[in-house]
This record gives sequence, C-alpha cells and structure tokens, in this order.
Amino acid sequence: MRRLLWPAVILAVLLLVNVFFTANFFSIQMRDGHLYGSLIDILRFGAPLILVSLGMTLVIATGGIDLSVGSVVAISGALACLQISQDAGVFTAVVLALGLSVLLGAWNGLLVAVVGIQPIIATLILMVAGRGLAQLITGGQIITINSPSYKIIGGGYWLTVPFGILLVAVVLAITVFLTRRLALGMLIESVGGNAEASRLAGIRSRGIIIMVYAFAALCAGVAGLMISSNVSSADGNNAGLWVELDAILAVVIGGTSLSGGRFSLGGTVLGALIIQTLTTTIYSIGVPPETTLLFKALVVTAVCLIQSKSFREKVFGRRRRAVPPSPAAEEKVRVTA
Amino acid sequence: MTTVTLNGLRTIPAKYVPVLVTACLFVAMFVAGGIRYEGFASGQVILNVFIDNAFLLVVAVGMTFVILTGGIDLSVGSVVALSTMISASLMKGPGWPPYLVIPLVLLIGSALGMVMGYIIHAFEIQPFIVTLAGMFLARGLCYTIGTDSIPIEDPTFTAFAQTRIDLFADLWISPSVIIAAVVVLVAAYVLHYTRLGRSVYATGGSEQSALLMGLPVARTKITVYTISGFCSALGGVLLSFYMLSGYGLHAVGMELDAIAAVVIGGTLLTGGSGFLLGTVLGVLVLGLIQTVISFEGTLSSWWTKIFIGLLLFVFILLQRLFSARRT
Repeated sequence: MRRLLWPAVILAVLLLVNVFFTANFFSIQMRDGHLYGSLIDILRFGAPLILVSLGMTLVIATGGIDLSVGSVVAISGALACLQISQDAGVFTAVVLALGLSVLLGAWNGLLVAVVGIQPIIATLILMVAGRGLAQLITGGQIITINSPSYKIIGGGYWLTVPFGILLVAVVLAITVFLTRRLALGMLIESVGGNAEASRLAGIRSRGIIIMVYAFAALCAGVAGLMISSNVSSADGNNAGLWVELDAILAVVIGGTSLSGGRFSLGGTVLGALIIQTLTTTIYSIGVPPETTLLFKALVVTAVCLIQSKSFREKVFGRRRRAVPPSPAAEEKVRVTA
Repeated sequence: MTTVTLNGLRTIPAKYVPVLVTACLFVAMFVAGGIRYEGFASGQVILNVFIDNAFLLVVAVGMTFVILTGGIDLSVGSVVALSTMISASLMKGPGWPPYLVIPLVLLIGSALGMVMGYIIHAFEIQPFIVTLAGMFLARGLCYTIGTDSIPIEDPTFTAFAQTRIDLFADLWISPSVIIAAVVVLVAAYVLHYTRLGRSVYATGGSEQSALLMGLPVARTKITVYTISGFCSALGGVLLSFYMLSGYGLHAVGMELDAIAAVVIGGTLLTGGSGFLLGTVLGVLVLGLIQTVISFEGTLSSWWTKIFIGLLLFVFILLQRLFSARRT
C-alpha cells in the first residue's frame, strides 16, 4: 500500500488545486438522467488512457514495453469505422477490429518471446509500420460515420453513467480478478523477474509473454473504438498519437518499475488519472493551451523526482545515514530502455 | 574473434556483418531503382538523399552515442523544433545576427541534453522517462514562443539555403551536407580514437564492469546526452537552413527516424556494439526509400512507414540471428 501513497498524494493535491479555481469542482449533478461534473469528465476522457495503461502495466510487469499501442488504437478505430461506413453491422465491426488488435499484439508477443527481440525494438516495428497500416485502411482520409449504436461505446450512457467508464470498470475488474485472485499475476511477475528461471520452474514463459502483449493490444483496441466512436470518425494519422508515452508515464507514476517483476494496477489507474487530471487542471486554471506541454513536462519531472529514491535521499533524507546500498544499483545493469 | 564465412573464401569479423548487410541493401536498392526508373541511377540522386537528410544524419549521429551507452533519447525531434523556433524568433523579433543566434541555439541544446543526462545519472530515473519529459518540455517551449510558423529572412540563412556547391560533372551539394559530413567525421574520430569513445562502448557493454574498471561512467553518460543535445540543436539549425522557417511542428516523430536509422545501421539497442558508418548507411537507406516512393509516383506516402517497419523487422531479425550465433 505504501507504493500507492505518492501517486495518491499527488492526485489529491492536483484535485485540490482545482477547487481553488473552480469552486464547484467536486459537485456531481444529474442532468437529463446523465451524470455531469468535472470528476465524471476526468473519468470519461481518461477512460481510453486508463485502458491502454492497464495493458501496458502487465507488459511492463514482464520486463517488456509496448510502443505500438498508439498505432493499434489508430488501426482498430480505422478498421471499425471502415466496416461501419461499408454498411457492416456494428457488432461485426467491433469484433473484427478487436480481433485484428489481438492478432497484432500476438505478433508483438511472438517477436519478443519466440524470436527473442528486445521488446522496445520489437514493438517499435509495429509502431512505425502500424501508422502506415492505419492510413492504408482509411485510404489516407478521415472516415466519418453516422452510427448511433457505435456512438454508445465512447459517447453513450448506461444507467446514468458514461458507457466508457463502465467499460473501464469491467476491464479493470476482470484484470484484477485474473491477476490478483488467480495465479496469473504471480506468473507474470515471475516471468518479469527472470524469464529463464521461470521457464525452468515450469512456467510457460513464452505463452505468458504472448498473452500479455495480446492483452495490451486488446486494451488498446478497445481504447481505439472508444476514441473513434466519441468523435464518430477515424483518423489514421492522429488517433492515439503519443498515447503510448502517456501510458508508460502513467504506469511509471503508478509505481511500477520499468525493469519488471512487480506491478500495481491500482497505481496505474491513479497514474492515468493524474495525467488526465493534469490536462483538466491546465484548462481550468487557465494556463494558455500553448504552454500545456511545458506544464506537463514540469509536473512529470517533479513526480518522477519525488518517486526517485536517490533524489529523496539526496534532498530530504539526511536523517537516515545508514542506508544499505540500494538494490537499484544492481537493477541498473538490466535497465536498458 | 568470431567470423562469418562468405563464399567459403574470405572471412570477416562478425561485428562488421550488420554494417555490410546494410551497405549491400543500399546498393541493391540503388541498382534496382536504376533498372526500374529512368534517371534514377545518377550520382545526384544519392547526393539529393544527403541534401534532404543532412539534419537527420546529424541527429542520428548524436542518437548513436546515446544508444551505444545503452540509453535512448526521445527528445531529439523536439529539440530540433525548438532550435528552429528559437533561431527564427530571435532573428525576426529583436533582429539578432546569425553568428550570435547559432551559438546560442547550440548552447541551449547542449545544456538541455546535459541536464537530462545529469538527472538520468544522479537520480537513477530511466532514460526513456527523463527524455520523454525533455520531449514535452522542448515542444512546450516551442508553443510558448509561438504557435505559428515564423519565416526566416536573414541573408546568411537564405544564402546557406540556396548555395549550391558544384562538384565535378554537374553534381552539387548544399553547405549542410558538408557540415553533416564534418560532424560524422569528428564523431567517428571521437568514438574510435579517444578515451571518451572507449568509455562509451564500455559503458554500453556493461555498466557494472565499466564502473569496476574505474572508467568515468557518470561523466560518460552525461556527456553522451550532451552530445545528443548538441547534435539535435545543430540538426535544428540545418533544418532551418532547409525549411527557412521556425515552427513548433517541425520534426515531429524525428526521434523515431533517428532510432530507426541507428537500428538499421546495425547498432544494438542494448548498447556496446555498433558503428557510426552503419548509422550513415541507415540514414541513406531511409532517404532512398523516400526517393524510390517519389519515383514510383503512384504509391502513397504511408507506404514509406510500412516499408521502414518491414526493413526494421528484417534487420532486427538479422541482428538477432547473428547475435544468437555468437553466444
């Protein structure tokens, strides 16, 4: 639980900052049978990022990284919109898009687990080629569609709650159940700790790795559907652009180490919410939109520094002299990304 | 030393194989293009690749240093954009002369790189995350300076943009190519003939061992990020010669091109192995793909990305095969 302390504190501070600028920030209203309010907005617009980050967490837990999720977001949205614009049913479109996403993820997993390529490069291939693929699907144009039933995924409501939030809640619940109630989470962590040792201990490392990448791509695929459905169009070039960076950031802020072997789903959700709240905060306190990135850079640096053990020791931690040599020194050898 | 036998006659050290493969690919692409398209097989086509990619070459050189130590620098594209933006706005607004602006821009880029290197080393944060923050910071600074494209009308810059240096037989290059070539030569000298170069390879090979050998790992790591920052800033200056404008959206995604060039050039992303010549060839291959696609005429621009992805795949597979054979 201590690992969740810093992200939770940061999120709380960010939310409190908002109250100074928008007095009714925490109020949630019921309008036309729908829930409205800033907090709901943060959840709703943060939903795709939370999804992508969830998948990313498991990948990072195995010691990998998935740079291709942004491209998968674009491909899934593009394929679904293309199908719908060609009068296919929404169900077919969604199934096809998610199927393709899983395939792409399995391809990543295959490269990492069977061929043995470093994750960062293996997924770089799909990151570069995937953007091209998405544009190939859309024919370089932005496909606009008009389908009320598809619109529900990203922009609809169910039982007064935005559908996207429910979707995230369901995926989160399933993931937590699979990884924390079943042995799967432990297996993933053991593969991340040492893939070869896990294999010798009788764990099918390859299968686990492929599955994890497929799951990450599936999450990205769902996020792609949400994003494209929210705007009723698919843009192969810009949909999900840089979402992989935000997702990795969310995972790291959430306290999951990039070297693998441990993961915290709660931390990731907090991390993604921090990033989304940051965006909302920037708008609500009236930082000019031009300086959004600047602001983000400063907060990200601050968050990473606060979480860095050696930074805390150097700046605040004069009291604890007799610190044993940090395990990070040994880990550093393995960290390549 | 492990060797690979070619034709059963000559043997070459395994470490040169990836570079040779890239060279062969480049030649093969050029020959194939020459057969398929009229006017392709001329020296000027290759020189044009250099002219159009001089800035990428400079940036990729910096990236090579970082990747050789086992790190990565995602901030290069943004630093390039920031450099174009700073030089354009300083010359347009207060009317600073170029001989003040260019050193200032180079200084800013280097300083940014140095700060990132220091944070990576001192606080043990992943290079990926730190340079990501650097990327946001530099892009953010661009938009803070201005959201519109700022034209550059300074006579020195336009002279640099329009000068054609004639070589023999109707071939010509731009001054940027010469600057890029000088950067490559200096970098190659530093990597292979200086103490810093040895430390770079040693750090990438195994940081722990390098530390135990008493090599200045901390200084090396900070230096490579400084070099990368400097190269990105210089790349930005070259890009502003090429574009004659400063814009916050210049060089979006250039970090990917630079990383792809380094990988295609045979440098291992784990660090410790690779050559600068490979990076040069990598940039040339990327440039030639674009040339082929423009000669083909009917292929849309997104095929470039798909081809680069495919190439990356093939090269990584090859690297994997060779490194598997070595162990």
